[in-house]
Amino acid sequence: MQDYLAVIKTSDPEIHAFLATYESEALAAAEQATAAYAAGTIADQPLLGVPLAIKNNILIKDQLATAASKMLENYTAIYDATIIERLRAAGAIFIGSTNMDEFAMGGSTESSAFGPTKNPHDLARVPGGSSGGSAAAVAAGMAPAAIGTDTGGSVRQPASYCGLVGHKPTYGAVSRYGLMAMGSSLDQAGPLTHTVADARLLHSVMAGVDPMDATTITDDTYPKVATKDTYTFGVPHGFMADGVDPEVLALFEAHVASLVAAGHSVVDIELPLFEQGLAAYYIVMPAEVSSNLARYDGIRYGHSADGKDLLEVYEQSRAQGFGSEVKRRILLGTHVLSSGYYDAYYGKAQIVRRKMRAELAEVFQSVDMIIMPTAPTPAFKLGEQADPLSMYRQDIFTVPVNLAGVPAISFPMGTVDQGGSLLPVGVQYIAPHAGDERLFDAGMKIYDATLTSKRD
Amino acid sequence: MKPEEITHLASLARIALTDTEIAAYGVELAQIVEYVSTVNDIAADEADAAPMVGARYNVLRSDAVTNAPDQFTEAILREMPHTQGRSMAVKKILKAK
Repeated sequence: MQDYLAVIKTSDPEIHAFLATYESEALAAAEQATAAYAAGTIADQPLLGVPLAIKNNILIKDQLATAASKMLENYTAIYDATIIERLRAAGAIFIGSTNMDEFAMGGSTESSAFGPTKNPHDLARVPGGSSGGSAAAVAAGMAPAAIGTDTGGSVRQPASYCGLVGHKPTYGAVSRYGLMAMGSSLDQAGPLTHTVADARLLHSVMAGVDPMDATTITDDTYPKVATKDTYTFGVPHGFMADGVDPEVLALFEAHVASLVAAGHSVVDIELPLFEQGLAAYYIVMPAEVSSNLARYDGIRYGHSADGKDLLEVYEQSRAQGFGSEVKRRILLGTHVLSSGYYDAYYGKAQIVRRKMRAELAEVFQSVDMIIMPTAPTPAFKLGEQADPLSMYRQDIFTVPVNLAGVPAISFPMGTVDQGGSLLPVGVQYIAPHAGDERLFDAGMKIYDATLTSKRD
Repeated sequence: MKPEEITHLASLARIALTDTEIAAYGVELAQIVEYVSTVNDIAADEADAAPMVGARYNVLRSDAVTNAPDQFTEAILREMPHTQGRSMAVKKILKAK
């Protein structure tokens, strides 16, 4: 614990992965854990003494939960999120809260109201987002693992940019109670780690039915997804034809070749609707955002502006409390839900979503997993993606996964040299609903095994 | 999008916008809306189908009190911008004639 806190003191002034550290609490908990190990009373605590960095949109009782927004700059959480409760019971120690895009809206951590986080692999570049602080903390050695949230790629894309493993569980596998809602039908919390085995361990602690979240799934919700010795992978080459960095594509083809060499099968598949997912996502997500963020009204908690009447208090509190990306998405959501437009946008997006699920179900009849790069490019430079639409396009491979509710994992497939910086790039594996264990199994065989051989 | 349209959305969303913001969002939202309109092409052949929001089933838990009296009261009151004793204070919403 002292070692990690020391790295934070040295490195974080430059990287800015943390919004707060819980030094005294963490040191006290570490001493207790050491004593428990000495006494041998560790039977049911698989995470005893493990420091974790937690994205600041996840509630930890009595700590600030800001979502990197001025709106909640002084908001103290009143209770633990279910995942925090479970991680705590398993012995984990929370070392600090991490920076993020404001209310998890963005792909670079630049929209944080408290300043951007930098990529430890190249300080001129972004760590990805929205869980950029969590990813940077682990990549820079400031914590062995971190928890993020993923609404459209917010765990997997920063994992790709920072050279880590990032897991987005099946929708409903992990409780959302105590997570600040962004897109309620899309949000899931997942781990950012160095190995797939670590991600699997953290997921196993966090997952499971929660009476406080009616959308959590049971073992019977979906058909069982088996693990196998060798897998059949589907590659949507048509989907990757446009807009993918040539070096990323070359790394991906090398990864595919390594799968074949290891005895797996690889087949070409078509996912025409998947390609349209981004458009549907930028209807469904802002619609849910505009509803979920209506609660920040300056009355019950959060930033409150003065005004001559109640309406002015609302309008000024929200004008002052929200940043520009949050306002953009609230306005977009208000538009697609407004009278006269609802059917044309939200209604149609829901139809697309349902058809996408059907398309996926059909593809999974013949393949075990679908693979593609996690993001079309490696980490971009701070300030480089100024236009909102071009920023949104970074999510093209990740958002269809959230719309369909299936699980996916990203792990490193190599590095590309861009302007003298060696930048990590991730590959994304997608499994059918409830196929999280299949992802971990494949990831441990294909990725973790290479780490062990490198160590030898 | 026209400034009036942005102002209308902003009033529905209860956000006060500056003139600079109204101009910028007018351009950006028009681009984004044009892009997301492609969903109409995909969904066109199923235009009459009722949209479905995920799997539908009821999940119930017992309607029981799970916290002790006043367990959270103080912490919740502490987060409120304006209070009066144990109550939240808000501006008058009914105007006297």
